[in-house]
Amino acid sequence: MTYLLIFGALLVGTALTVGAAFVDLGHFNPVVAILIACIKAVLVILFFMHVFYSSRLMKLTVAAGFFTFLVLITMTLSDYLSRAWGLW
Amino acid sequence: MDSHATAIEPADVHESHEHPAYLRHHFETPEQQKEASAFGMWLFLLTEIMFFGGLFAAYLIYRNWYYPAFVAGSNTLKISLGTVNTGVLIGSSFTMAMGVWCAEMRKKSGLVLCLLLTMALGLVFLGVKYFEYKEKFELHHVPGADFSIEKFIHPDDPAKNPPLGPDMAAKTQVYFSLYFAMTGMHALHMIIGISILVFLVVRARQGAYINGYVQPIEYFGLYWHFVDIVWIFLFPLLYLINRHPGR
Amino acid sequence: MSTIVRLPDQKVATLPKRTFLNSEYGLKSWLLTGDHKRIAILYLISITFFFFIGGAFAALIRLELLTPQPDLMASDTYNKMFTMHGIIMVFLFLVPSVPATIGNFVIPIMVGARDLAFPKINLLSWYLYIFAGCFTLSALVLGGVDSGWTFTTPLSTHYLNTHVVTAGLGVFIAGFSSIFTGLNFIVTIHRMRAPGMTWFRLPLFCWSHYAASILMVLGTPVLAISLVLVILERTIGIGVFDPAKGGDPILFQHLFWFYSHPAVYIMILPGMGVISEVISTFSRKRVFGYTAVAFSSVAIALFGFFVWAHHMLIMGISNYSALVFSLLTMLVAVPSAIKIFNWAATLYKGSITFETPMLYAFGFMGLFTIGGMTGVFLGSLGMDIQLTETYFIVAHFHFVMVGGMLMAFLAGVHFWWPKMTGRMYPEGLSKLAALVTFIGFILTFFPQFIVGYLGMPRRYHAYPPEFQVLNVLSTAGATVLGIGYLLPMLYLTWSLKYGAIAGENPWQATGLEWQIQSPPLTENFTVTPIVDYEAYDYEWLANKTKHEVTTVG
Repeated sequence: MTYLLIFGALLVGTALTVGAAFVDLGHFNPVVAILIACIKAVLVILFFMHVFYSSRLMKLTVAAGFFTFLVLITMTLSDYLSRAWGLW
Repeated sequence: MDSHATAIEPADVHESHEHPAYLRHHFETPEQQKEASAFGMWLFLLTEIMFFGGLFAAYLIYRNWYYPAFVAGSNTLKISLGTVNTGVLIGSSFTMAMGVWCAEMRKKSGLVLCLLLTMALGLVFLGVKYFEYKEKFELHHVPGADFSIEKFIHPDDPAKNPPLGPDMAAKTQVYFSLYFAMTGMHALHMIIGISILVFLVVRARQGAYINGYVQPIEYFGLYWHFVDIVWIFLFPLLYLINRHPGR
Repeated sequence: MSTIVRLPDQKVATLPKRTFLNSEYGLKSWLLTGDHKRIAILYLISITFFFFIGGAFAALIRLELLTPQPDLMASDTYNKMFTMHGIIMVFLFLVPSVPATIGNFVIPIMVGARDLAFPKINLLSWYLYIFAGCFTLSALVLGGVDSGWTFTTPLSTHYLNTHVVTAGLGVFIAGFSSIFTGLNFIVTIHRMRAPGMTWFRLPLFCWSHYAASILMVLGTPVLAISLVLVILERTIGIGVFDPAKGGDPILFQHLFWFYSHPAVYIMILPGMGVISEVISTFSRKRVFGYTAVAFSSVAIALFGFFVWAHHMLIMGISNYSALVFSLLTMLVAVPSAIKIFNWAATLYKGSITFETPMLYAFGFMGLFTIGGMTGVFLGSLGMDIQLTETYFIVAHFHFVMVGGMLMAFLAGVHFWWPKMTGRMYPEGLSKLAALVTFIGFILTFFPQFIVGYLGMPRRYHAYPPEFQVLNVLSTAGATVLGIGYLLPMLYLTWSLKYGAIAGENPWQATGLEWQIQSPPLTENFTVTPIVDYEAYDYEWLANKTKHEVTTVG
């Protein structure tokens, strides 16, 4: 049923991630890798963790968690990226 | 926000003892208990997201600073083992989801089988991790006094792994510190998860979760899926940095 | 002076026959309880214990600073004094103070539930707190920590040979205690409200705790990981904060302050909740702009996540980053100010009486305003370069935390004391204590603003002699302040046996907790309450009590 489909999709995603690592996409390599990982994570959250079928409150809670995570990452990175120590 | 009041029955329904045995008495209805418990479990998972978040922040910063060192470090990891581990963990997530379904369908043998499979796959994961760690130890990639940057300055196959200057080679220690911190923290969560699984299997075999009270299975499932998600992100970030030939 | 206190006839009044205090006897019934009220009492006792230990360190600090020379203790010892003072006061007193004692006791009753959502986790929370306290005390006994409560790297990771790991573990465990309390509150407020208790009928106390709980759940884990990394760095040398190995010490500060700034809101928001309740009750008026106050609590929580690097403005973050964080800091002051304005508007044309909780609330409003404004001064980049790491900062955070939060805690303890114990404290003595505290506080901390502006650095045990007068004033004030804090200990304990019987609702307050007996039954309510009136509805209360006869016993 649904679980099997999601499981299959996750395995396909893994294969894609590994495959994409061997192709030279320049700066897009990590972007593609994270993107595929995000899609896999969303599938797990929505279907294996039943968030798709849960109340609005649960969905809001999960979103709040990831929002705070993103704030931590982006605002910390904004400090490092804007330093003139030039290691890019 | 949901604002529907959740207590509908007055307190005297309690006297007739019509509620299931697992209803804790400060809740009015089993549904309220179920919703509250699910919410509580998700809030706990939020704390886990933020806990690993700090490690991810550290990783992103140092990867940007020491990209060549991270590439070199990442290339010492075996993609095959990493992919196998990813597959194994996703499989264990699948078996866990099936376990929850079995509990809801009141299939005791199915539930026990799924839990055992989840546990087995988890142990396989940890086993592979053990071999990876052992290899790291042998190759002197463990940060600390024993760390060796020789192979990064003078690599065996310069065509595939370009040599690093001594400065940048020293930074591979940062990569491995993060590798061990992140996978170690993840493995710790898996060990905790497997320990809880043992307990759940024992209780499941006694028939504890097939009479409508599937909450422990469901919430443990949430925890297990979360640990899987962490690995889904760890795998490309740690193993797949710049693997393409001819870079 | 008029008073709204209405006590039952003391000649015939007794405590109710069955309360949560006498429903079960024995140490085990207390140590293994699931009753949120008992856990609140357990917390109250433990928090008071740690408060006085932290206070002892404060006394030693002020003693040393009486003279400009470092004559009382060695510099390393002085470092240990302010570190332990900070760690104990922040993590073992301020963070759990109102939520774990008053919040635990009152929130389930306020929403109309029989207990919190997860009573066993509530108990676990207390045990984790005690465990954390033991770790911290053992760090103290084994010789102390001298890293400052902020554990700044690379000092804490590479240059200290004191018990940083033990103290770090203590704080780590205390963090989990806080997380579980917050988790409990969020689920209780969302899912266990009585019929008719909609979000906008909740007392503002619940809104404040809801906002603080969100911060606890989302912010504390980042503190946990930062401490874990420090411990790993000290024990096995992973190099994540070590410049020699390519690490960045500032990263620790980013992670540490990502929690510790929301932490200050975790500390103050519950206090603000108390003030909302007290000001409304003692001006007999609904809180002005209920929705604004409710949403500003959530806004403080939300914006609080965006401003953490204003603790790091001179530490080496980029200029652009400093600009952004400074700007955002200006923004976060707005919701706090909204609350102060609304409380002032509540007072306007209210029937104000001056019972002890109200005195503390007035103290809060004045002192928190000063503290908050000086926070905005510090948030502007140019001022911060001059003022940071001086006594100006010390004065700022003591104004908001001690003048603000501690006063709110005392207001709350006095306000809900009759509910928790069934007895009233002696009003004259308590008013005196409030006054003494207020005077002692100003004497202690206002000179610190001046001396900090003039350039005296913080965390130094010696200073130029021209600062001595102000420091002596500060120490004198500390003595007065100490008396002000000892007095409640004494008379509150006295009142347990000899205080007047309070009855159900001595303050004529609204709110579900004042409709049940004092002290409450273990299950809080005999019948699930059905709420069909708004919060702070004094007309409803007047109607209800018009023909009421208070029987107690």
